Amino acid sequence: MDLTLHVWRQKGPKNNGKLETYPAKGISPDMSFLEMLDEVNEGLIKNGKLPIVFDHDCREGICGMCSQTINGRAHGGQERTTVCQLHMRSFQHGDEIFIEPWRARAFPVVSDLIVDRSSLDTIMQAGGYTSCHTGGVPDGNAHPIGKPVADYAMDAAECIGCGACVAGCPNSSAMLFTSAKVAQLAVQPQGKIEAKARVINMTDALQAEGFGNCTNHLECEASCPKGISIKFIAKLNREYIKTIAG
Amino acid sequence: MHLTQSTVGRKLLMAVTGLLLVGFITMHLLGNLSVFAGPDGINAYAEHLHDLGPLVWFFRLIMLALFVVHITLGVQLSLENRTATPVNYSIKKRMKTTFSSESMLYTGLILLAFLIYHLLHFTFQLTNPEISAHNLPLDAAMRPDVFTMVVLSFQKVFVSLVYIVGMLALFLHLNHGLSSFVQTFGLNNGPSQEKVTLGGKLIAVGFLLAYIAIPVLILARFVNV
Repeated sequence: MDLTLHVWRQKGPKNNGKLETYPAKGISPDMSFLEMLDEVNEGLIKNGKLPIVFDHDCREGICGMCSQTINGRAHGGQERTTVCQLHMRSFQHGDEIFIEPWRARAFPVVSDLIVDRSSLDTIMQAGGYTSCHTGGVPDGNAHPIGKPVADYAMDAAECIGCGACVAGCPNSSAMLFTSAKVAQLAVQPQGKIEAKARVINMTDALQAEGFGNCTNHLECEASCPKGISIKFIAKLNREYIKTIAG
Repeated sequence: MHLTQSTVGRKLLMAVTGLLLVGFITMHLLGNLSVFAGPDGINAYAEHLHDLGPLVWFFRLIMLALFVVHITLGVQLSLENRTATPVNYSIKKRMKTTFSSESMLYTGLILLAFLIYHLLHFTFQLTNPEISAHNLPLDAAMRPDVFTMVVLSFQKVFVSLVYIVGMLALFLHLNHGLSSFVQTFGLNNGPSQEKVTLGGKLIAVGFLLAYIAIPVLILARFVNV
């Protein structure tokens, strides 16, 4: 199939960017979206042009590196799908595809489609850890945790920190990401020690990093490639109320 | 104070003040509906309110404080959210965001403008002095004739339109605000979200219909002086 791509090109963080148009010809429907971009880049390189810069790593939907807004939706908007797992069979011959980086003040563009997501790391450093002994691997069931709690924590831990929630959010808020981390730790015995400080420190870090405020648009949940539920934001709010109430 | 500065704290304050304001519009609506009971309904109600004296002023001060907190934080948070996205997408598709949730600032400001007009109209009675209760003769039971003021006011198409537009803004504001409150207070557990959204919408529709019934039925001459 032949496609027309409109890709955000931006040389560096301080340069102005703009959408450039490229043809993508002879694309197989079996290719992933990133393989399609690889093909287009081969052509650009052959013609002596700079290839489109984009982030990727595992290409199997678990690393959270690919960060592209495709046709106005984070990761292309297919349910529970990252860009690398998006396949060209979901497009049709002749389609025009708009590809842009995550847009948020807290995610400055590094180049083209790559943004700097270290603001999410800063939020993690503010409280995304537990006070537990390091050393040997603990024995299985050393900390008895009920199945419902383990499942709940696992659902939250599915977050891969890709930043799609921020990209989708009209306010560029990282509340879904932060809430997944807060909730995951808050329900487990290892996380109880810092529970009170964690919710305050992580949401303060979110604010300080220049993310917007959560106003319950629910767009994050729809944008998330891992289906992280906004029930975790409700949980974060409960944790906050508990802390403030003493 | 963390509550007044943090992102979650301010969200909670918005929710609490919002809910208290919903409490107010509920009481206000019940009072207003007494217009359908004729002069003995709303005139008696108005006189009772008036007789509360200092209590009314105490209540008004609380209302003022609620409005100041809700509006100040709302504007502040909205402005912050704008600066959080310095470059806009050339294409942005909404998946869950609704017109209601996106237009909270605007529907809120329309409600503020409406509130000012409403106070000038019925409380200070400055916009239509010729038909204000101050200038109308007292009713048969020697009470200020609020009923005639309300009916004559809403018989004016312009006045009714202002109220209907104001109540449409209230509907849009509550359509997001009510379900948003539940989520902010952590009372959602995921699967409940759809029901909460629907519940919020139904309550918002209820307020809309009940409030606009007053100008609409008066305009349609179902209620006459």
